[in-house]
Amino acid sequence: MTFGEIEPGAGLKSALARPPADVLARIDASGLRGRGGAGFPTSLKWELAQKSKGDKKYVICNADEGEPGTFKDRVILGDFADMVFEGMTIAAVAIGARHGIVYLRAEYTYLRGHLEAVLQRRRENNLLGENICGREGFDFDIEVHMGAGSYVCGEETALIESLEGQRGEPRNRPPFPIDTGYLGNPTTVNNVETFAWAVCILAKGADWFKRLGTEKSTGHKLFSVSGDCRRPGVYDLPLGITVAELLAEVGGEDAKAVQVGGAAGQCIPRRDFQRGIAYEDIPTGGSIIVFGPGRDMLRVAKNFLEFFIDESCGQCTPCREGAPRLLEGIEMLHRGDCSMTYLDELCSLGETMQLASKCGLGQTAPSTFLSVVQNFRDEILGRTGGN
Amino acid sequence: MAKPTPTAGVSTRAPASQRSRTAEMLQHAKAMGKTIEVAIDGSPIAVPLGTSILEAAGQLGIRIPTLCYHEDLCLAGVCRVCVVEIEGQRTLQAACSYPISSPINVKTHTSKVRRARRHIIDLLLSSHVGECYTCSRNQSCELRELAAEYGVDFFRFGHVQKPRYEIDASSHAVVRDMNKCVLCRRCIRTCIDLQEVGVLEALYRGNRSKVGTFLDRPLADVVCINCGQCINRCPTGALRANDPTDEVWDAIDDPRKHVLIQTAPSPRAAIGECFGLEPGHAVTFELNTALRRCGFDRVFDTDFSADLTIIEEGVELLLRLKRALVDGDASVALPQFTSCSPGWVKYVEHFYPERLAHLSSAKSPQQMFGALLKTYYAQINELDPRDIVTVALMPCSAKKFECNRPEMCASGHKDIDYGLTTRELAKMIHEAGIDLLKLPKSGFDDPFGTATGSGVIFGATGGVMEAALRTVVELVTGLKIEKLFDHADVIPVRGFEGIRYAELPISQIGPVPELVAHLFDNWDFLKDVTLKVGVAHGTANAKRVMEDIKAGGRFSQCHFIEFMACPGGCLGGGGQPSPTSPAIRAARA
Repeated sequence: MTFGEIEPGAGLKSALARPPADVLARIDASGLRGRGGAGFPTSLKWELAQKSKGDKKYVICNADEGEPGTFKDRVILGDFADMVFEGMTIAAVAIGARHGIVYLRAEYTYLRGHLEAVLQRRRENNLLGENICGREGFDFDIEVHMGAGSYVCGEETALIESLEGQRGEPRNRPPFPIDTGYLGNPTTVNNVETFAWAVCILAKGADWFKRLGTEKSTGHKLFSVSGDCRRPGVYDLPLGITVAELLAEVGGEDAKAVQVGGAAGQCIPRRDFQRGIAYEDIPTGGSIIVFGPGRDMLRVAKNFLEFFIDESCGQCTPCREGAPRLLEGIEMLHRGDCSMTYLDELCSLGETMQLASKCGLGQTAPSTFLSVVQNFRDEILGRTGGN
Repeated sequence: MAKPTPTAGVSTRAPASQRSRTAEMLQHAKAMGKTIEVAIDGSPIAVPLGTSILEAAGQLGIRIPTLCYHEDLCLAGVCRVCVVEIEGQRTLQAACSYPISSPINVKTHTSKVRRARRHIIDLLLSSHVGECYTCSRNQSCELRELAAEYGVDFFRFGHVQKPRYEIDASSHAVVRDMNKCVLCRRCIRTCIDLQEVGVLEALYRGNRSKVGTFLDRPLADVVCINCGQCINRCPTGALRANDPTDEVWDAIDDPRKHVLIQTAPSPRAAIGECFGLEPGHAVTFELNTALRRCGFDRVFDTDFSADLTIIEEGVELLLRLKRALVDGDASVALPQFTSCSPGWVKYVEHFYPERLAHLSSAKSPQQMFGALLKTYYAQINELDPRDIVTVALMPCSAKKFECNRPEMCASGHKDIDYGLTTRELAKMIHEAGIDLLKLPKSGFDDPFGTATGSGVIFGATGGVMEAALRTVVELVTGLKIEKLFDHADVIPVRGFEGIRYAELPISQIGPVPELVAHLFDNWDFLKDVTLKVGVAHGTANAKRVMEDIKAGGRFSQCHFIEFMACPGGCLGGGGQPSPTSPAIRAARA
């Protein structure tokens, strides 16, 4: 894994050796985009947070890795925690923050002790705390805050609500966290992996990072691969890789479909396996779920919808009420009593959910339903309710 | 925006964990004074930075439908009915909660927008239990209006018939039928953010989410103050007042019962709204006729007992001042608080129990009247109090709770048997087939039909204080208040700001009137005293005043403070007609 090749501390040393604007410029030149899945340009997010007026600024690490089928942040936090904290410290240099928070998924509570120990060691080595690395006035520290088990808290504004002690529900945006974030202060929220790549970029340079990937999706990315394949696990692969290439790598050549991007992602049918996994084509936060020839795609769609119904915060109408209607549609398809007119109506409802839901959860909740209806029509129609 | 700015120097709003802070405006955006040029449906308009699309569209006369939005409340942006298309953006945006911060081109009724709104309305209807015929909000339901506006002619995504939740009728004041709830969360924002009481909250997640109380307890078991502000802001029939009209009709129909009704000024100023009048047209005397035709035996004016309350509260204040200033009794609870708003009284009981001694010991006008009717009135009319049924027309849902308080039967009989809200009485009048607006006028019944006029302004916020000040000043100086002020309005106290403060120097004193001669020898102790008074309406404002007192601020130096639980006082009470807004409440004054 690339992270293993980076000399500890080299990124931070590089960041401290240059003015904050140069740190931003270097990230900008690398083309690094958010590794949580949305792909927002990291340098832009940091620059906006840096420009926002505020005495207190926060760097938040989104370690609420809850997307079904992703487990790469768990590996990073377990094996390369120093990289994550170093990346957060670099972000603090870039935006002028003094406070960092790791929002850790409730199910990763077992990692907390390890993370606290790494943080303590960094404090002892003057990599956190006051006058970091001897630089006068550069104070920054990181605390770990536990999530409580809600998927939607991976959405950055819901994460902030949760951090503030509220019910974890997404806020209206704008304003965005870079302007009005944690406790109303300018805040950057980045994925675990994004911070680790920022360290690599500072240590090895933007050109090194850009040597792989595509023009719009530069660099490597970690993929969490699971499902019907021979070699599941975490892979470090260049962005732009086609689905077919990835399947060959993991031993899933006979797949009939691949879910890229988890429950919130897309279900890619075999005929699209030449498409690339990149922000401009099939974006992903890293979750790859392989469906072998024997999988029932209607059950796949049902499973994901049940997940969204369970995890919806319930505040906005399209998500709260829409997903159950789609699930009912799946049950009707299973029984064979969903008319084509009603199926079209449900697809139209799915589009409304994508357009009108308040946050990414509701906007992506119908995508598997829609892609299964679109791509596996023959498989899902004409059923009679059997197994 | 509608969210009130916290008053400088006065302490915090609801605890962070209880606040429904789902929306944040850009920091200080409007104060920055920057204007942005935007286009809405092709019409250009320049608006201050941070203005919502909804506001900007309103200025252009473009109507965007809303459901979770309410003028009085902080923003939620949850129903998504107000979505609009912004050129260049992938997703639709909620017009109510999208602050304009850059030049944008907005389209309010594209096919995407219309389809999304239609779907959203269809979805809300799909899980909204109930038939409009049998709903108390049949004529005033915002969901029904939206369905009509968007031409809903069938249930596209079905329509549940089977109730999911038990109706919570545990409270004397508010009945909650969550089967009709559309989860707009206006009630939550009313309770947490407008009133800062914090009884209601969103529970559970997804399609199991519901509005509920702490541990989902019945409303009667939690710290609800019965103000009913949530009822006024509910767009559907999910919240309503606990309605005793059947019992009132039964009493009217029973020939042995002598049924008496008192009417308070605020419902008289608002009931016309239930009959198609614009807010602000009082129909006091037509109402008297309507009540007699409904079958009430006597119709009385609550102003009479409001005067009694004022005298009791005024004399009680003078007695507390005497004990403090003459007897040097440091234990006297000052400032004295008014006690006529039962929502406020319950608020103090739950949130500031250490301040109970500050509450005036006087009963509210409603209860005083009831006590008089069951005792003095019964006696002079040779009636058995057990045959007397007392009904009170109030703008208030908390009055229903108040009349059922166990201590409110000092005479051995329940002072007030039934409290009716403005809405409920309007329903009775409709049911009796009476055309209120076409009725001849008639006066109140004697012997209680003579009031001074102090009581008439009782319903406006600051009204109690104004009446009490007049009484106190007249008692102490022997002068009519007109000589102290240019006219009878005590200007610094009336008005619609949330918290007010006034000082009234007593520069001359007169003889002690006979009425109170047994209590006071002279007024010397008040010579050159400056009376300091405060007024707060809405429990959020009351809370600020209470915190100021706790911190030893200006209000801790007051002698008398009027508190009303509802924003705008009784005129904005929880029993008043829906809808409510700052403009409607001001028109009723």
